[in-house]
Parts: sequence; structure tokens; C-alpha cells
Amino acid sequence: MLLSNKKEVVSGMNTYKIASVDAAFTAEVEERSGQIMSQCYQCGNCTAGCPYTFAYDIPVNQIMRLIQLGQRDTVLKCRSLWLCATCQSCTTRCPNNIDVAGVMDHLRHMAREQGYATEKNVKIFVDTFLESVEKYGRVFEMGLMTNYVKKTGRFWTDMDLAPKVLPKGKLPFKPHPIQGRGKIAEIFKRFREGQRK
Amino acid sequence: MTTQMTIPYYPGCSGKGTSKEYDLSTLGICEALGVDLVEIPDWNCCGSTPAHTVNHVLSCALSARNLALVSKMGFNEVTTPCPSCLTNLKVAEHKMHKESFRAETNALLDIPYEDDVEAKSVLQILYENVGTEAVAARVKKPLEGLRVACYYGCIMNRPPEVMDFDDPEHPMAMDHLMEALGAEVIPYPLKVECCGASYGITRRDIVSKLSGKLLEVAESLGVDAVVTACPLCQMNLDMRQSQINTDNGTNYNIPVFYFTQLMAKAFDLSYRIQGLNKLIVSPKTALARIGKVVEKPVEKVTEEAAEK
Repeated sequence: MLLSNKKEVVSGMNTYKIASVDAAFTAEVEERSGQIMSQCYQCGNCTAGCPYTFAYDIPVNQIMRLIQLGQRDTVLKCRSLWLCATCQSCTTRCPNNIDVAGVMDHLRHMAREQGYATEKNVKIFVDTFLESVEKYGRVFEMGLMTNYVKKTGRFWTDMDLAPKVLPKGKLPFKPHPIQGRGKIAEIFKRFREGQRK
Repeated sequence: MTTQMTIPYYPGCSGKGTSKEYDLSTLGICEALGVDLVEIPDWNCCGSTPAHTVNHVLSCALSARNLALVSKMGFNEVTTPCPSCLTNLKVAEHKMHKESFRAETNALLDIPYEDDVEAKSVLQILYENVGTEAVAARVKKPLEGLRVACYYGCIMNRPPEVMDFDDPEHPMAMDHLMEALGAEVIPYPLKVECCGASYGITRRDIVSKLSGKLLEVAESLGVDAVVTACPLCQMNLDMRQSQINTDNGTNYNIPVFYFTQLMAKAFDLSYRIQGLNKLIVSPKTALARIGKVVEKPVEKVTEEAAEK
């Protein structure tokens, strides 16, 4: 290993304490994503094109480096994972054809599995969205909004838009479940059973 | 002159709600151009971004059910106006080429997906199968005088290995279609930059910053309108324009059309199909420019130079 214990990696504004290297973490990300992490040579093209860096706690190129260094907790607890919109700018522009956005997606899966959710409202939104799909077979937009507000307590969310949007008649007040909604619920059920195994 | 083709149609959930006008104008212009869109019976939500951020097998299973329904209809192609649906349908097809992944995904489904179904955007069908010449031939009221910026959004063309259409950094299909309608297309450098996606609800500051930048550049180019191909982009730029103005201290008043709405307008289809009353930012001033002779500053300079 290049890095012995208790060394610090200084990169840009962030300083990370590298207490120990979890090589199994690097291997797990590689296995799940099908990407070879050592191919990243830190050119920074992903971060240069990433529209979300301003909102991230760790820029995406540094996340790639921290995976190489086996920093499981630092990576899985970072807020950036929940703020990446999968816009594909990083994947499209990586000179080594690493599917960076794909790696971010897999990191989110791993963070979820370990019970991390450092942008709580984003997780609540995602869960509420999928609950709607599971229940009706399609997303019921109005229900999604009201359930999100109920769960987060953020009752003011988009209240300002209501008088502008509601008269346009674009938002049905009732869900339109599909006939095969039972089949969609089955997909979710089987998925959860598989996850438990 | 008109193309005669039939293709299964996947409207996507927002097409039945917040992007109703995209769905209606898509159906209207396709009919006018001889493209028969047949809605997939009992299609389900593709899971959009939330599904693939939770698990890829779950996400692909939701899309594979729709692809299997297309196979059942006897087709090997499907079209959708929404880039998010398109991505999920394409990714499912792409990932399921791997046998182990296909088996895992099919294990979640009632009817396994065994065939190959190719998903294409409505934009791609109009550009490749119909073509700009046929579109131009159908125009009854050219959009001359209307200056537009074409905004494709981040995932319509990216990543290129999966989306396999147009240029991933500098797509031109929509630009050419708008030119075929007679509109003046102003080169827009942010055509594939992200608008902030669904963070409008959870992190409004992100959308205000990213979509704010898109509007800022559009305004600086002096366009009359922005043209989009994505329900989420359109919603952020149009519905949230007032929030963007509040958050950034700006005063933008730029209408944001779906490209299909402008096609319906140029084809002189019914008001219902155009769905312009569904837009939040009023397009009246922009549309009033159609047919007006635009003063070109370049000519003025030439006149002044000639006087000298």
C-alpha cells in the first residue's frame, strides 16, 4: 500500500484522514459497478463538468480517489451521493471511459443498504416516489407531493406554485391506477424478498 | 410525401399530468406526419431516476415489463417523448444483454422479457424516420421571426454508448427541426447542461442555480423562447421560473415550449393540440413576433457605413 496509517491526503479544500485502508470496499465497488477504479488518474474532467460540485461536500473526482484508497465510511456518508442527478456529464467526458455516474449510482445503493442517508429529504422523495409506483403502477404526482410534504413536515414546499399551476388543469387530483398494478406490486415484493436473502 | 409508420408509444407518467401538453402535441403532430403512435396497453411507470438510484434490477424490471408488452404487441421498437423514460427503457435493454442480469431481472417479472426492443425518442423518430424535409413540407404557418434556443437536457443524448443518437455534447436534431419550421435558431451553448432535475422539490436552491444559469444565458442571447424536449427541464424552466427569479433576484420572462408544441403551431393544428394555454410563462409576446420583420443590427451598421 502506498499509504501507511494516519497519513493525510490533502486535495483542494478537503482534507481527509486516512486512518486505515479498506481494500474490500474498493473491490466491492469494482464488482458491483464493473468499473476498474485504478483506471482513474485524477485528471479532474468529471468534476470540471459536474454541475453539482457547488452543492457537494466531496467533489466527484475526490470520491473516485477515496474509493481507490478504500475509504468506505467517508464515501458512503458523503452528501454528494444523494445530490448527483445522474446527468451523465462525468461518464460522457471521462478519458478512460469509466462510467463515473454508474459508480455514483452503486455507491448510493451501498449507502442505502448500510442505512446512511445524509440528504434525508432526497431519500424521502425517492421512497415516496417508488411507493406511488408500487401502489398505482404509475406515479400519481399530486399524491407524491402531498405525501412528501407529510413525511418531511415541509408544508411550504412549492406552495407558491399552487395558484399558478392548479388552474392549468394538468394535475389530476385522483390517481389513475393501471389494471396491472398488482403485477407491479409483485415486482416490488419479489425485489424485497430477494434483498432479504 | 408523408411517412406511413406505426410504432408503439410510451407516454410516461408526466405525459398524463404535468406535461400533458407534450403528450397531446406529440400525438397531434405525429398524426399529421403519418406516424401512427399506438399507446402500450396498461404500461407502467419506468421508475424514473428514483428506481435506478435504489437498485438496478428493480429499475430494469419496471422497464422490462413495458418492453415485454411491446413485444406482445408484435413490435421491436417503441418511442417515448420523455428522456428519463427513454434512458430507463434503453438501459434495461442494454443491461439485459448480460445473461445473469437478465435472469435476475426476469425473476421479478410475471412475463419474462426475452426479445430485443429498441427504444427511440420521439425526437429521433421525427428527425430520422420523418425527416426535416417532410416536416418543412407540412408547415402552414412558418415561425419566421421567432428566435429560439434549443435545450436538449442532460440525458437525451448521454451517455452516447447507451443513447446512440445525435452528438452527445452538441446535438442538432431539434435545431434542424426548428429551422424546418422557419424559426431562427440561436446557437445555445448550454444545450446539454443539467437543469437541476427533480431537486426542485427537495433542494430548490440547486434548481434555482442551475436553471437560473440556463435562463441567464438564454436571455443574454436575446432569444424569444427556449425550446425543450424533456418534461422535467420544461417544468423547472417554466413552472419554477418565478421561484428562480425570487431566489436569484432576476426578472426573467422567457416562455419555454416543448418542441412539439411549436411544430403543432407551425402545422396550424388545433389549439387543444398546441396546448399553449398550459404554459405558466405566457408565450403571447414571443408568438406575436412570428411573421414580423426583425430589424437586424448588422444591416443598420451597413447603412450607416454606406452614408459615410
